Amino acid sequence: MNNDQPKFELISRREAILRVSALFGGTLLVGQAAMLAGCAAPATGRQRSSAARGLFSQSDIELMDEIAETILPETDTPGAKAAGVGPFIALMVSDTYYAADQQVFVKGLADLQTRSLTGYGANFRVITAAQRLELVERLDAEQHLYMETRTDAMPAHYFRMIKELTLLGYFTSEIGYMQAMRYVETPGRFDPCVPLVPGEKSWAPHA
Amino acid sequence: MAAEMYDAIVVGSGISGGWAAKELTEKGLRVLMLERGRNVEHVKDYVNARKAPWEYPHRGGRTVAMEEAWPVLRRDYPLNEKNLDWWASDRDSPYTEVRRFDWYRGYHVGGRSLLWGRQSYRLSDFDFEANAREGIAVDWPIRYADLAPWYDHVERHAGVAGSHENMAQLPDGEFQPAMPLNCGEELVAGRLANLFDGRRRIIPGRVANATQALPGRAPCQYRNACWLGCPYGGYFSTQSSTLPAAMATGRLTLMPFSIVTELVYDRERQRVSGVRVLDAVTEKSTEFTARVVFLCASTLNSTWLLLRSATDVWPGGLGSSSGELGHNLMDHHFRVGAEGTLRDASLDDKYYYGGRPTGFYIPRYRNLFGEQRDYLRGFGYQGSSSRLGWQRAVRELGVGADFKDRMSEPGEWRIGATAFGEMLPHHPNRISIDQTHTDKWGLPVLAIDCAIGENERLMRIDMANDMAEMLEASGVSEVSTYDNEYWPGMGIHEMGTARMGRDPKTSVLNGRNQVWDAPNVFVTDGACMTSTACQNPSLTYMALTARAADFAVAELKRGNL
Repeated sequence: MNNDQPKFELISRREAILRVSALFGGTLLVGQAAMLAGCAAPATGRQRSSAARGLFSQSDIELMDEIAETILPETDTPGAKAAGVGPFIALMVSDTYYAADQQVFVKGLADLQTRSLTGYGANFRVITAAQRLELVERLDAEQHLYMETRTDAMPAHYFRMIKELTLLGYFTSEIGYMQAMRYVETPGRFDPCVPLVPGEKSWAPHA
Repeated sequence: MAAEMYDAIVVGSGISGGWAAKELTEKGLRVLMLERGRNVEHVKDYVNARKAPWEYPHRGGRTVAMEEAWPVLRRDYPLNEKNLDWWASDRDSPYTEVRRFDWYRGYHVGGRSLLWGRQSYRLSDFDFEANAREGIAVDWPIRYADLAPWYDHVERHAGVAGSHENMAQLPDGEFQPAMPLNCGEELVAGRLANLFDGRRRIIPGRVANATQALPGRAPCQYRNACWLGCPYGGYFSTQSSTLPAAMATGRLTLMPFSIVTELVYDRERQRVSGVRVLDAVTEKSTEFTARVVFLCASTLNSTWLLLRSATDVWPGGLGSSSGELGHNLMDHHFRVGAEGTLRDASLDDKYYYGGRPTGFYIPRYRNLFGEQRDYLRGFGYQGSSSRLGWQRAVRELGVGADFKDRMSEPGEWRIGATAFGEMLPHHPNRISIDQTHTDKWGLPVLAIDCAIGENERLMRIDMANDMAEMLEASGVSEVSTYDNEYWPGMGIHEMGTARMGRDPKTSVLNGRNQVWDAPNVFVTDGACMTSTACQNPSLTYMALTARAADFAVAELKRGNL
């Protein structure tokens, strides 16, 4: 055969989908196997989302709000809490995650609380903002290392789930669209090349 | 009870059916258009077109419940919260996969014309001559010159934005002004033009989105939300373009919820006299008669109908005397390509404005002009360049205020493209009626047995590597290839199963899209394709349909049908 040997890195399917979905502005949820599963969706580990209702208590949701706010705090634009990210995460984990990932998530939330209690002697919701940031930064470093080195058989790290859902929930919220980014419902024209002034926000896509 | 009489019946209301209805009514025929699904009224029924992105509870994503309800659609991107209503129910309309085949269907007025990717490219004589030149399958009974005026005709009405490039393998057309390349794409296009003997070129994607107003339609407003339906009629669909033209004649009757279950064959006249219709709601059966019937029900459903008709004469169905009905199923294979990061100081302070509903195109260059690879035919690329958005934040280390503000701003420029490859016609790739399984209406379903072969597998190696090579040569960094795996059907470009040809012994349709065994039946959707080329096929269905309609009306006037 006269084809050249592949001289470029052939990336894994998971990696490829991650990159392509990022390239084309799409999103991919780590806890949601759908796009990766294709025909090979896990037959086990799935359950009706109705069974997942009641997965989170009100205090869980408040906890997720605080974690999300630590990841994306109020600056000159509102933070994750104002954008309703806590309830959004609860909804997404309940409705779109497979049971195995739901368990990783729920256990992870408990782990985060345990670390708060052992590290700072109190519930995450009552420790100081500096302590929250310190803990969340540590978890972020852990998940980052784990996610870059894990094999396909290993589940996603719970903090990657939280971070991803926080980002998704925030940047696709009305606050995300209208304040963190710029959104024009009907642009009316296409300018293929315009100057970007430092500090200017991204254009948020319509769909 | 006497059946209701029309001049023509059009089965299906998608891209091909809409064109058949428009052309036949405009030429004076009284036409009945039958659509198996519900009506979708232009603008009024685009229920999500004006919805804010944040109003979707899962922000457009998919739930586990949705995945369970759509076991096929879930295999790829079509399953999403935003236009779920426009994808046929896998549960109501199952099919049998002898081998995996992903069938993504739109069962409503407008069909997939509401959902299509709108890329619009002409085939060339490289494509029409390929089978004969290489001894593959059978020769197309037409050449580019037969179709060229009809491409002109449909492009003018549909509104195709594109640039004139003077490339033999991708003929120019009657274009509206192109949607330009953005500055990242322009940079790479300029570099690539000086490489590979200038044979590999990045050109603006040719797309059926109007850049100038057309009757009843505003130009594209660059919302890039076509798949929700366009409140401006900015892109070509049955609803925006062909249906209003047909309706304006006063000669079109559109009947939704009408499943055509059989063509009624008149042995004596050797013609089809009409169709049998099952009301999808009341489940009552009715008959309609007409002098000609256009099958535009989408590739697999048009052939399903043929397979079920005139079985008392031909056990294999109407058009089966050649032994080719149901055979030679094809698609475009894709989901393979490359991408990388575009670092250039001149782009750091550049951005773009508006959502362009297309990208760039790299026309086929393989196995042309004397080159011979270890596979036949070729592929084209569709791609784009853009600055990364907030999504990049998922994989980046970081949390907190600075991180948030940084991720609110555009990131690096990325560029990438996916190849769409030609799939050879292969007799064993086929559909047949599965008498052991029925759909919601008790109708037997299709069994689909199709796979890509060695030619496609060899081609995929080039499809990945060539793009990486072009990007690297153009100064793009961190280039990587991907092959996300492909199963037939995923291209949503189903073609073949009732191919055109020159000989009734080896083809189902003649050069005018008439069924050899019943010349008043025309099949003008993807089923008629003799080979796939690598270009997106819908524009060719439009041209073939308009050409066949013109011929049908002339033949009716001559008393030949």
